[in-house]
Amino acid sequence: MSIDFLPDKPIYQQLIERITGDIIRGTFTPGEKLPSVRDYAVQAGVNANTMQRVYKELEQMKITETRRGQGSFVTEDIAAIAALRTEMKEQLVKSFIQNVEELGFSAGEMVDYLQERRESI
Amino acid sequence: MIELKNVQKKYGRREALNDITLTIPQGKIIGLVGANGSGKTTLLKLTAGLLTPSGGSATYGGRSITRKIATHIAYMPDVDLFYPYFTVQELFNFYDSQFEDFDLTKAKEIAHFLDIQLTSKIKNLSKGNRGRVKFAATLGREATYYLLDEPFSGLDPMVRDDISKGLIQFTDTERQTILMSTHELKEVEPLLDEIVVLKEGSLIAYEAVDEIRDTHGMDATSWMMSLFRKG
Repeated sequence: MSIDFLPDKPIYQQLIERITGDIIRGTFTPGEKLPSVRDYAVQAGVNANTMQRVYKELEQMKITETRRGQGSFVTEDIAAIAALRTEMKEQLVKSFIQNVEELGFSAGEMVDYLQERRESI
Repeated sequence: MIELKNVQKKYGRREALNDITLTIPQGKIIGLVGANGSGKTTLLKLTAGLLTPSGGSATYGGRSITRKIATHIAYMPDVDLFYPYFTVQELFNFYDSQFEDFDLTKAKEIAHFLDIQLTSKIKNLSKGNRGRVKFAATLGREATYYLLDEPFSGLDPMVRDDISKGLIQFTDTERQTILMSTHELKEVEPLLDEIVVLKEGSLIAYEAVDEIRDTHGMDATSWMMSLFRKG
């Protein structure tokens, strides 16, 4: 089915986040071949030019590589994927801290609560 | 490349288009939006060579657009235009006899993609399936420009989704351009590279979708609304 996009961010950026998310999650594994630009575009319900841009930017980020005549593949460089994972973690924590501070919670209070939640799972 | 320069179109004393200057590049999917009566259909028909401008010029590759260059430009009107007693196969054969660039194999492939039986009689098809057939016949042509007048209007969400996917699957965005008028901007936005906005016969904006989101931080629909509110 086509994807629903958020209104305030370019669609190609949302697609980059979606694919990097799939790589971090392991839905796409290191060395795995990605769908062709057109197949992914049809699946996501987006313009093929947009998809082309997404693949190009992923390649520039060194998260994927293009093999001539074969298509795009997730990098086999485990360190690069680990770095991507760390970066994503950093982003999540940063926005979490921002939200929490905006509401006036203290760091200590939140750490305690996270600990408590973890124990209850 | 299609170029409109200071194009004006009058129906009697009523001005339908007023001083439109617009370059339509190859390799883009462009949405044409605006209220009813803003001149969208007139603009498409002029670009297809079905109407002649009252002033200014419309050219394709430097030559005036006439009915003869219809070989490079495929126009899909928003009305049903087929002989109802034709089967889908017969319709495709008819298109094949009329248009040099018609590719029967491609048309059948699109029909298959959209789940249309070639043996069905057009008069027995639902409105949604007639929409699918019209789309397959139009995209069956290997044109450089596809001008689609409201390809999604009046169709249910499933048909709209199928047609969107067919559009992505069966056009080559490196060399073919789609210019389509639409009222469903929210739904169509992910398909578009650029948006042309008409208001009362004048062109009030022409922007890339990524730019709209990047610089204005809003989606195309909110952006369009803000343009109209500015007046």
